[in-house]
Amino acid sequence: MSEFEFNPSGHLREPHITIHTDTREILANARRDIDRYNLRDYFIVDVDSHHVELDSWDEILSYIEDPVLRRSGQTMAEIWPNAKRLALSNHPPGLTFQDVGGRIPHQAQLAEGVDSVEGEHRDLTLVRRAMESMGIALQIVFPQPMLEIGLHPNPDVENQLIMAYNRWFTERILAREPRIKSMLALPFNSPDACLRTIREFGEKPGVVGFLVTSQRQAPLFLNAYMPVYRELEERGLPLGFHAGPDYSVGKQMNRFVSVHSLSFVTCNMVHLTNWIMNGLPERFPRLKVIWIESGLAWLPFMMQRLDHEYLMRQSEAPLLKRLPSEYIRGMYYTSQPMEATNLKLLETTMDAINAETQVLYASDWPHWDFDVPGKIAGLPFLSEQAKRNILGENARRVFRL
Amino acid sequence: MTRSVARSDDIPDGGRIVLDVAGTTIGLFRVAGALYAYENTCPHQGGPVCQGLLIPRVEECLNSDMGAAGFRFDPADPRIVCPWHGYEFSLMTGRHPGNAAICLRSFAVSEEEGVVYVRV
Repeated sequence: MSEFEFNPSGHLREPHITIHTDTREILANARRDIDRYNLRDYFIVDVDSHHVELDSWDEILSYIEDPVLRRSGQTMAEIWPNAKRLALSNHPPGLTFQDVGGRIPHQAQLAEGVDSVEGEHRDLTLVRRAMESMGIALQIVFPQPMLEIGLHPNPDVENQLIMAYNRWFTERILAREPRIKSMLALPFNSPDACLRTIREFGEKPGVVGFLVTSQRQAPLFLNAYMPVYRELEERGLPLGFHAGPDYSVGKQMNRFVSVHSLSFVTCNMVHLTNWIMNGLPERFPRLKVIWIESGLAWLPFMMQRLDHEYLMRQSEAPLLKRLPSEYIRGMYYTSQPMEATNLKLLETTMDAINAETQVLYASDWPHWDFDVPGKIAGLPFLSEQAKRNILGENARRVFRL
Repeated sequence: MTRSVARSDDIPDGGRIVLDVAGTTIGLFRVAGALYAYENTCPHQGGPVCQGLLIPRVEECLNSDMGAAGFRFDPADPRIVCPWHGYEFSLMTGRHPGNAAICLRSFAVSEEEGVVYVRV
């Protein structure tokens, strides 16, 4: 053979995916799954995905209701060299470890080119590109650093920022794209503000429920929250608990892999335990509760642990009419990050929690541990109906889509 | 079937190309003069592994008391990292350093008179 015979038979691809790569190129392999698993034939709802609200922080600051705080935030953003995208927030420095030192670029940012049409927000295009690449029909979108807002040192600032974000998001994003939905964060430090939030936004286009950002000190069993749960129950709106990272877990961990492995679960372990042992499923039996982004592997542990303790100490949780594990089987769980290194354990877990009716597919795109729909569609032990339910039909029922 | 896919000069030492060949996407890498060809599909979730970051292995150093003494790169063991989720593979073996059973699909690659060939 000689060089003269060279006849390139391949089409060159972009060799290195970076923060500037188009979402559709990053997710090109997910698009292949659409054919591989016949995903066009499924109604796929993604119950947990994200946009980066700090990219629009100057806009969001302008939505702060309190004029003094609004001015402080805008001034901070204007005159502090690094505060343009962070003013008033409590963005924890540990979050910047998420991309594993640049190894997972889409976690750091999606800096691709977007041609904005008629003033439409750039994030709408980014979300649509991801949905189309993964074959998703509807996507529930959340913010990112705002999920840490429960750890803000000033509860008044927390409440003002959540209200500002919710106003901005419902106007600029939700109202513009019917395929995008959200469960809006509640200003959980103030039960009154929670009620106001539910009443102000509960019927806005695209709002399908409300959310507690799980990293916080406020215990959910306080009597002051009961009107909030009642309001959601009466409106038929689900309540989600979205996990988040916290470096302060025990103040004993030094690596993000450790922090993320535990703190994304421990926050929801605390809330779920409180929710059950205080009898909240009995007090609000029609309120649908969704545990978001803690994965699934924690649930068999919780079922066994809580049943074991409850049976010896029933007098401390007298509102319960069933075993804790039975309440766990009646709640909902987003699938991601679905621990699948041992399929036998995953199958047992899914069986234990009635996954066929209780698990809701979530991608968590564009985060570093996102799951494509093919991860559910490719599970060998699920029935065809179970796959359809988890990928979208359960969400259709829970959110009345 | 063996196909000519690139000129030798297209893949300098430490470099790579990623291309679609016969319905498959392949990454071609040259490491210490040798060529390696892998399918651009991560065994984890199907991510575009060959389009990820090229970076040396990270090793953790210990002092004589077995105390932690920081991290350093090992340039003798270059890695490719899947950009979807960070699964990392040795370029020379195609295996995940944490579980050797997780490995990239490799292709026979040859080079003759300035042309690179892959058996697909």
